[in-house]
Amino acid sequence: MSVFGEVALAAPVAVFKLSQDFNNDQFPNKVNLGVGAYRTDEGKPWVLPVVKKVEKVIVHDDSLNHEYLPILGLPEFRSSASKIALGEDSPAIQENRVGAVQCLGGTGALKMGAEFLRRFYNGNNNTKTPVYVSSPTWENHNAVFANAGFDDVRPYKYWDATNRGLDLAGFLGDLESCPAHSIFVLHACAHNPTGTDPTQEQWQLIAEVMMRRQLFVFFDSAYQGFASGNLDKDAWAVRYFVSMGFEMFCAQSFSKNFGLYNERVGNLTIVARDADNLKRVLSQMEKIVRTTWSNPPSQGARIVAVTLTSPELFSQWKDNVKTMANRVLLMRAQLKAKLQALGTAGTWDHITEQIGMFSFTGLNPKQVEYMVKERHIYLMASGRINMCGLTSKNIDYVAQSIHETVTNVQ
Amino acid sequence: MKTMKRPDSKLNETEVKQNGDAGGHLSVFTNVHTAAGSPEKRLLSAFKKDTNPGKAYLAGREYYSEDGKTFELRLVRRIKQQLSADPTTRPEYPSPLGLTEFTRRATEVALGKSSRAIVEERVLGVQTPGFTAAVRLGAELLRNWYDHCAAWCGPVYLSSPCDDSLAGIFQAAGIQDIREYYYWDDQQRGVCLDKLLEDLEKAPERSVVVLSASAHYPTGADLSHNQWAVITELIMRRRHFPFLLLPPQALCYGNVEREAWPVQYCASQGMELLCAQSFSHCFGLYGEAVGHLLCVLKQNSLLLSVQSQAATIVKSLWAQPSAGGANIVATVLSNPAHVVEWKEEVKHIVERCMLIRELLRERLRLLGAPGCWNHLTQQSGLYCNTGLSEDQVEFLSQRRHVYLLPSGCLNVSAINGRNLDYIAESIHRALTTSL
Repeated sequence: MSVFGEVALAAPVAVFKLSQDFNNDQFPNKVNLGVGAYRTDEGKPWVLPVVKKVEKVIVHDDSLNHEYLPILGLPEFRSSASKIALGEDSPAIQENRVGAVQCLGGTGALKMGAEFLRRFYNGNNNTKTPVYVSSPTWENHNAVFANAGFDDVRPYKYWDATNRGLDLAGFLGDLESCPAHSIFVLHACAHNPTGTDPTQEQWQLIAEVMMRRQLFVFFDSAYQGFASGNLDKDAWAVRYFVSMGFEMFCAQSFSKNFGLYNERVGNLTIVARDADNLKRVLSQMEKIVRTTWSNPPSQGARIVAVTLTSPELFSQWKDNVKTMANRVLLMRAQLKAKLQALGTAGTWDHITEQIGMFSFTGLNPKQVEYMVKERHIYLMASGRINMCGLTSKNIDYVAQSIHETVTNVQ
Repeated sequence: MKTMKRPDSKLNETEVKQNGDAGGHLSVFTNVHTAAGSPEKRLLSAFKKDTNPGKAYLAGREYYSEDGKTFELRLVRRIKQQLSADPTTRPEYPSPLGLTEFTRRATEVALGKSSRAIVEERVLGVQTPGFTAAVRLGAELLRNWYDHCAAWCGPVYLSSPCDDSLAGIFQAAGIQDIREYYYWDDQQRGVCLDKLLEDLEKAPERSVVVLSASAHYPTGADLSHNQWAVITELIMRRRHFPFLLLPPQALCYGNVEREAWPVQYCASQGMELLCAQSFSHCFGLYGEAVGHLLCVLKQNSLLLSVQSQAATIVKSLWAQPSAGGANIVATVLSNPAHVVEWKEEVKHIVERCMLIRELLRERLRLLGAPGCWNHLTQQSGLYCNTGLSEDQVEFLSQRRHVYLLPSGCLNVSAINGRNLDYIAESIHRALTTSL
């Protein structure tokens, strides 16, 4: 008898299942609007030119040692990555109270942060501290925090489906009524999946409540640069919270803005009250990393570090990021224009008001099903589309399909 | 739990000082105490502070060449260059289970191409970011699913001594009951089978037993084929579950198959097992975190379920493994010409380690160092156990600036033409000076 005899088949991850169905579809004009990665106008993944360049430099560099990376990761990666989030001249960095842990992608950074908090935040090993994730949110947030040992992972109000925008009152209400010391996972920019971010004024209101009620700030920053095309603009919320004096975590991913999806480049930036607190926190982080992956992979981190620390390469990278962000903005503008030209019922302003890779179209499940089955356009049941899946070749077909769907299916 | 004092009034922005002392809250990290560093970390720290020019660090994890540095296999370097110029690489998320070509080859390298388990499709292979990650994933799988339990918590038996991070990995996965079985015997300068069997016999039925398939860390003492036969018979009778470790495959004898023999033997006995593999040492890819978790099941009807649960666990740990290093390994292992070249380069590493062992043994004999040193050349691989006591090890680091692991084990590759005499002399002194 197998010791694994009772293992149940796990439910497939929705977005992967969608990709699978798309791949199996024989329809010639099929469109995949489900995947969470950047695509060029030819519908292909894109190796950033600066990445290609830096890879060659690295591969021919004789001076590199080939040892295990330190447990906390490549030092120059950690510091340059934190600088990207907090700003070159961040006072917190100058005060030596910012540290970082190189992690396996954004997921790894969330995982390390979650594991630390479960052990040391709000008392020792307090698994009952509520962890709030936005409603809706990236589907993996729940799993990461739950498996780190938190018993109570709950949603906070975020998306207002009726008005297709941020439910600020609901959000603030949850912040006011939640148990003290609750942990909140905030999307730094380009909220996944709604593409709807708080305005600066709204962030200020959110920060005020969080400071007053001593809630823990855990930013998830996977799209810096990708939202507006401007790194500093996209980091505004994170920097504002730092300036407010919060101690906080920021899980950064370089998968999207460097196109390094397969190299798993992430960074957990830690902002502490002072250098002494930081030191103690990092010492415990090291123990946690030691029992998870021990030493992170160097390839991706090296590419990012080399890029960020060379003014010329940094500039090239910013251009590459702008290229990606601009293509998304163009597709947004065109999709909205086409829907309006077709006279599609409803308002479509949200398509250009939302930012980042994703858009919550507002299509309901029945309409989504129609899109998938009748038009062979694959999107998430939530109505989320990846703007990168749109190209100059398929945008007319997609606009037409949305028009037809909205007209025929209610 | 410390209560935080805070007035109820709204926060005035002008009160916020730049040093982050907003509103007089205590730091949320106030109660975080400094973690005790691992023994290895403390050792390395002491070594770095040591100003003695003749100092030698023999406790490292990597293979060091004659010049005292880690290095890249020539083949690996060429392949890295090829891959960097490859126009077909797609920057996309890999599957949570990793690159298919890699897991296929990694599985073959452990079980052998013609393994019945592979043919019968009851083997799961998962690429992981390194060896530790493979052990962690295996631990999480066991914790969630072992023995029809939703929350199995042990016991897990580790060899004495073992890698000091192993216990922590299982504990981090939620398995608290970690125990030891007798392994290295100082008198015999090797494995004491009788005591080992005694411990495993006494262990509660259905315990998980972690065994080193080859190149035991940190002693370098491996089990013979006969010993494996006896141990597996006990394991099957007591219905224990074997979790095999295969970190530096090919570095003992330069023979991939020979070192994987225990894994193949267990599989051939129809056992279910987990095996954590690393490709760091045998490919010089330390910085690339290339690991693999092998799971051999009794029935192929379970493969999809176990695979799906492994993917679910991976999604909450690191989501997907990193592609770079695995690509290199897959490229080598799937090309017969590359494999020949790879084995040649690995042979050099193996031969050098063997040579150092011989030279060290000879030097100690010439110096008249007390004790028997045959085990140095009877065992193989990167590590060996000098049999020195803790006091003697401390003497070595304090007085002779030669750093060994507290258990008395050392990494033979860190010994070279420049420091061999000094190290041999130092060991001799440690043994003969009354402490």
